[in-house]
Parts: sequence; C-alpha cells; structure tokens
Amino acid sequence: MNVPAIIRHTAHPFVVLLTFAALALAAPAAGAMTIERVVSPGGIEAWLVQDRTLPLIALEFAMLGSADQDPADKPGVAHLATGLLDEGAGPYDAMAFHNRLEGKAIELSFRAGRDYFRGTLRTLKDNRNEAFDLLRLALTEPRFDAAAVERSRAQVMSRLRRETVSPNDMASRSWWETAFPNHPYGRPVNGTLESVPRITVDDMKALLRRTLARNTIKLAIVGDIDAATAGALIDRTFGALPAKAELTPVPPIAPQGLGRRIVIPLDVPQAVVNFGGPGISRSDPDFMAAYIVNHILGGGSFTSRLYREVREKRGLAYGVHDSLVWLNHTALLVGSTATRADATGQTIEIIEHEIRRLAEEGPTEEEFDKAKTYLKGSYALGLDTSNRIASQLVQIQLDKLGIDYVERRASLIDAVTLADTKRVAKRLLDGGLLTTVVGRPDGVTSTDNGVEGAPAHHAKPSGAPVAR
Amino acid sequence: MRKPLTTLAALAFAAHMLAGSLLASSAGTATANGPRIIHSTLPNGLEVVAIPDHRAPVVTHMLWYKVGSADETPGKSGLAHFLEHLLFKGTEKNPSGRFSQVVATIGGQENAFTSSDYTGYFQRVPRDKLKEMMEFEADRMTGLVLTDEAVQPELKVVLEEQNMRVANNPAARLGEQMDAALYLNHPYGRPVIGWRHEIEQLNREEALAFYRRFYTPNNAILVVAGDVTAEEVRKLAEETYGKVPRVAEIKPRARPREPEQQAARTVTLADARVTQPSVSRYYLVPSSSTAQPGESEALDVLGHVLGRGANSRLYQALVIDKGIAVNAGASYDGTAVDNTRLSVYGTPKPGTTLPQIEEAIDAVLAEVIANGVTADELERAKNRMIADAIYANDSQRMLAQWYGASLATGATVEQVRAWPDRIRVVTADAVRDAARKWLDKRRSVTGYLVKDTRPEEKRS
Repeated sequence: MNVPAIIRHTAHPFVVLLTFAALALAAPAAGAMTIERVVSPGGIEAWLVQDRTLPLIALEFAMLGSADQDPADKPGVAHLATGLLDEGAGPYDAMAFHNRLEGKAIELSFRAGRDYFRGTLRTLKDNRNEAFDLLRLALTEPRFDAAAVERSRAQVMSRLRRETVSPNDMASRSWWETAFPNHPYGRPVNGTLESVPRITVDDMKALLRRTLARNTIKLAIVGDIDAATAGALIDRTFGALPAKAELTPVPPIAPQGLGRRIVIPLDVPQAVVNFGGPGISRSDPDFMAAYIVNHILGGGSFTSRLYREVREKRGLAYGVHDSLVWLNHTALLVGSTATRADATGQTIEIIEHEIRRLAEEGPTEEEFDKAKTYLKGSYALGLDTSNRIASQLVQIQLDKLGIDYVERRASLIDAVTLADTKRVAKRLLDGGLLTTVVGRPDGVTSTDNGVEGAPAHHAKPSGAPVAR
Repeated sequence: MRKPLTTLAALAFAAHMLAGSLLASSAGTATANGPRIIHSTLPNGLEVVAIPDHRAPVVTHMLWYKVGSADETPGKSGLAHFLEHLLFKGTEKNPSGRFSQVVATIGGQENAFTSSDYTGYFQRVPRDKLKEMMEFEADRMTGLVLTDEAVQPELKVVLEEQNMRVANNPAARLGEQMDAALYLNHPYGRPVIGWRHEIEQLNREEALAFYRRFYTPNNAILVVAGDVTAEEVRKLAEETYGKVPRVAEIKPRARPREPEQQAARTVTLADARVTQPSVSRYYLVPSSSTAQPGESEALDVLGHVLGRGANSRLYQALVIDKGIAVNAGASYDGTAVDNTRLSVYGTPKPGTTLPQIEEAIDAVLAEVIANGVTADELERAKNRMIADAIYANDSQRMLAQWYGASLATGATVEQVRAWPDRIRVVTADAVRDAARKWLDKRRSVTGYLVKDTRPEEKRS
C-alpha cells in the first residue's frame, strides 16, 4: 500500500508536542492518522492517535520489570500480584470493583511478562473518567484482601495442575528451563506448584513497589480523546506512582542446551515438539534481514518452507511455525509443531533439514522478493483494532525504534539485499537447536536420557501410572 | 453454534463475541457512527452484504456457504470441514497454491472456518485488491479440481487437527461426548471435525459430491467490510460472482428434529491426565432462529447474569461466597439454525467433590428460577452486552463475522442491526420465565471430567 505520509503540525496549550509522524499504513480515507507524542503536564510521555470515528478509547501501556524480578526461589510472584490488581482496590472489594467495570462496560486487564508488566484498557468515551479512575486504583491502591489472594492463588494452582499434564505446556516449560538454567528466563512466569503456595502478600507488594514506576512506563492511546484530556488523565492515573523503579539487574544470557533433544513421555496420541536456538537482537543492524529469513522458514503464512514441507506435502502436522523472539536479555528463534507418534522422528528431521538448508543456501530470489512484499503489506493489515494499534505503538517505544518507525519500516525492508539474507541466514540458523518433545514418539529419544538439567517435576506427570 | 474450526491455528475469534451479539445502530452515542449496511441479492441468488468502514484503506472479504457439519450425510462426519481444507487445493484456472500465493505476496491475511451450520472463507487485503479476491473466490465456488495427490496429505492434516483439538485434550473429548448425549436425534450431536473413524474414510469423490451439492451462488452470502461503498461492492460482485451460474438447487435445511427429551443424562470421562476435575451441564434451548420472539434475547441475558465474568451468579456463589470452586460460569450462543445449548460449569478446589459443585450450581439455578434476576443485575448485563455491540464496530473482521454467521443461520440484516434494541427491552420477568421454561434437567446432559485412577494396564 502506498499511502503518502502526511506530516501535520498541531499545537496544544496544555501539552508539549515534540514530534509528529504519520501512521501511513492505517491511514483513514479522510487523511493520515497522526501519531502525536504528548507529554503530560506531570512529565509522562504518551503516543496518541486521535480517531473520532467511534466513541471509544483504547489505552495500552508497559512498565519494565515483571517476572524477571521474581525472587529466584519463588517464581510466580509478579504473575500472582498482577492478577490481583483488579481483585479489589481503593474503597472497592473485588465484587464492587468488578461491578463498576461491568456496569460501565470498561475492559481492564493486566499481564505479567518475562520483561514487562503490561496493561490494557478499553472504554466508551463517556465513561473515560471512571475507567481511568479504576485503573489508577488498581495500580496504586490494590487491596490484596485475604479472600481475594487465596481465590487467585487457587486459580493459579488449578492452572498449574493442568499444565503438568498438558503436552504444550510441558514442552514449552522444559524448553525454557533447559535453555536458561539458573536465570529468570528459565523460571516459569506463573510459578510452580511448589512456589505459588509460599508467595506472601509482602512478596507481592514488595515486587510491585519496585517495578510499577513512572520512569519506565510506555503509553499509547488511540481513540476519541484529545491531547489535553489525555495528558490530564495520564497524570491523574499514573502521577501517583513512584518516580523511579528499583530493578534487580538481569544478566544477559544465550540459550543453552543447543544440540540437545529432551523427550518427556506422556500418554497422548500426538507428540508436541518445541524447537529453538539463538535469535537476533531487535537493535541488531541485521534484524530486518533475519526477520525476512524467519518469514521464509516458518513465518505465519501458508507459503513458508516448513508449512510446505511438513504440512502441505506430507500431511505430518496441522500447524508448524517459528518466530523470532527478542527479550531484553536474550534473543531467540523458537518454533513448534505437533504430530503423530510414528511421524515425530521424520517431522523433526524435516525441520532440521530445512533449517540447515536455509542456513547453507539462503533464500531464493523469488522467496526473498515475496517475503518483502508480504512483510510490507501485512503490517497495516494486522493493525485492525484500536487496541492493536495502541499495542504496536507501545512495542515501538519499548524497542526504541522511534516515532517515525511506522513510516520508515517499508524502506528498512527494502534496504535488505538478497546477499544480506544469505549471510544472516547462516548466522541465524547455524547455531544448533534445543528440541523438547512431549508424547510417545516412536523411536525418538533424549540425546542424554533427559537427566541432566531436566527438572524433577517433569518426571512426575510422565504418563507413567500416577495414582495407584 | 459452537466455535468454528479454522484452517490455521493462529486465528481465534473471541468465543463470546460469536454469541449473536451485534452491531449498534442505536446504542447510545454510537448511533450516528454505526455503519450503513446494505443487503442485496444477485440474479444468481448470491446474497451481498456491504459494511462500510473507512478508517483504514483495507477490506475484509468473506464468502459464507450455508452448509456445515449438520448438513452432512450420516456416516460421513467431518466432510464439511474436510472440504473446507480442500478448497485451498486449486482450480483449473488457478492451480494449487496460487490464490494463497497472491494473498501472501501482498501481505494479506486469509483463512477459513467451519461450524455446524456454515463454512466461511476470508481474506483481509488492501482495498484495491478486492476485485482480485472476488475473482479467486468466485472461481473456486464451482471450479475446484482435486487430485488424490493433494487430497491424501490433507486428510492426514485433518487427522492431526483432530489429535490436536480433541484426542490430546480430555476436556475436549468430554465435550464431544456431551454433545452426542445432548442431541438424541439432531446432527448437532456430531463433532464439527467429525468422528475420527469416519474422517479416516473420507475421500476425494465424497468431497467433490458434497461440493457440487452445496457450493453454488444461491447457497452463499458475500460479506465485504471495509473501505469500500455498497455500490462498489455490488458492482464488483456482479462482475465476478455474478458470472457464476447456479449449479444446484438448495433444499430447506430440514434436519432431523429432537424428540421430546424426557431423561436427564450424565456422562463421565476419566483420563489419567486429569489433574483438575470439572463438571458442566448443557441444556437444550432455542436458538435465535427457533425461539419465540424475545426468548433468545432473554436467554442471552440469562446466560450473562448466570455466568459471564466475576460478577455472575455462579462465580459469586461458588467461587466467592462458598469458596468451593476455582472457577464457574455459563454461556449461551443463539447463533444456530436449530435448537442450541446453554451451558453451565464449575471447577472445584481441591477437597471439594463434583457432587458438591453440582449441588451448588443447582442451587443457583433454582434461585433464578424461583426469584428471577435483580434490576441491578439486569441493568449491568444489558449495558455490558450493548457495549459489546459498540466495541464490535472497532473490528472490521468481527463485524463481518457477526453479520455472516447471523445471516448464514437464518437472521436478516434488520434483525442483526436491531439486536441491541431487543436486548434493551428484555425484562426481569422474561429472564425468569426463560429460566423456568428452559433450565429443565430432563432436557440436559451433565458431564464429569475425572481422573482415571485405574492402573495403566487396565485402561482401554
């Protein structure tokens, strides 16, 4: 799509407007959607897209420090704390809080990630004051009432019990634990059956006190709201947070266990396979070339090499894909598939073969050209709701790509050459893979009997008779 | 009816959003902003719906066929869904993969889905590609070419999909058994993906016969949402779909009807992998197509008050007040051609038994049957549901999905548009009456998901 970038300059008495950029791809027919950088009177920056088509406001935000800040012996603190923010805050107990949300159809949710705490708010324009008030209360005055804490803890434990016998969760947990031993990334975000019962309210309060702060916040607002109103609401909502987060430094780490395969027995007809290796940092000059290479290998379309070889030609799996994952302290290429027991070995071989072949030969010119047009076109099409646009604007801020990134993105893709992708394919795909398999795959075994580094609690639900 | 199966795992429509909720033409401040939706029919019988949305220069192009798993011949379960997969195998004019290649090259999104009542195909593309999408889609309406070479691997793909969705998942296996027990005679008792032993026997000839029977313009609905006018949609549709001749006459969808249900049923699924037991119950209830006026809307409100979110009766009673469950809820989806289900469920905390949970659920239902819902509950539920319709305007794909699913199950554009108005007039008495009439255990099945504690060698 070639929508001309339109740069508009507006000024507003209540906010400092620093930069302008056009969201060329999601440009409405009436003109370009402008991303404004607004700084609230209290000094908090947000990116704003004003759109009065619908009477809605979408807010997305992120703050640095979440599960990575869990105590080493107590994974799951950030996750449990995050889930409790809307379970009673300020003058409202859980029920009263939820009644207020529902009565005004305000959608509010929080998520604990490995690096970031994230929040989402969606409200009708008319209810914006109440919506932002409830968000403020959740962030600054969560109650942690005993009943709510135990209720949430029971829900997390229930989920964890399910995960111990879910092939997808088991494969993923095993992968991360093996790739990042003795590192926050190796610990499950939602904790373990052993750690969650030990989490105290003090643990949660301490973590939130250290992490929820103004200096790391990234905000984006999309919808029917002007810059002055947004600035005032931002101050009212986030202004009372501490100025500065006190984060425990997290060391950089490269994924471990490359070349290993871990098979965890579970009595299911279909084996789940997770695979992955080193990726590429978001700030690396070769990132865009790697992004193209990944798309060709197993990115999300019906035309990738893995999709063609594993699914289309041989019918070995319903889904097979991989993606680049960039975290603050590591970078990965991870993928997954699921296949019947007697085809698991063959499927893994095909995936490894395709990765090797792409590393050695690089993409063809045709693949390269098509990947570029795909990646340029798909960006706009993915931004199909106000919250998705806001979420992407937060991500651009977290990735430090600049407010003009949306405009520049196509030219960054165009600048990549076929030779770049050949060079980067080798760099990206030559590092070896760590593979985890959960199921009863025929003839596929652990490279090292899964002993070293395989966490004890995986042995428990291994499909051996559990209760006697 | 139930959540449709999609061809790629990546796509997930929010399940509750499919619950028949629709667009706001008069919901509060959205009144002036609701799109003007145009509906017409081409001479060959194709229905055309245009939903203008000019916020971005993109369109969502969807073609819906009024055929789903409930239209399959007994013994051939899974055929509608298998055919959906095979529609990606190419035509004489556009051989295998070409359509997907073109969509991928422009960065478009595409997928397809199958439910009990409909099968749909869609692409999201820049607006200037709309006609090309229409040409491709019109071409595969009657031009499908299937070879055994293409069909056989795809059958394996579908079997892996069945493994992933059902065989690997004890809760999904229980859900299949409950549907089969709920429907004594109606084909909604069959899984959309099919019974595994029947999927294994599906073949090219059967797929083509099914295709010729149901894929014809007079059995389809075109829905285009996006940066395009109704006039453009109509014109482009005439130039593309308009040239496809009717190839079959479509009979009314007269599926076998349920007899009077007289006995509460229970089913139990035991699996060694169950670490979190649960209990759920399905009631056979009217859909928006089979209900008396206002009844489906009352059931919608009832499902909401009983079981949507942390304010609901079930969550409040079981999770908050009694503290015996980690979760509890309910749902009703009225978007179906024939009688559908209202479901309730509860997940116990350790130390609580399933009978205790079931008893607590029964007490909640008995209370609503006896005393109905409060004015406050009614108001909150309606506000939330009507706001859903406003929020839907923010997602072009969801709007297209709602209109398509509703029209494919017998609703009119007018009915869809007026849905918030109909919700607004639901009274507390109507909700209570719906509960009294339809929460009848004789028309229900209760399912228990439990841990199989037998030694491994004794399990089948």
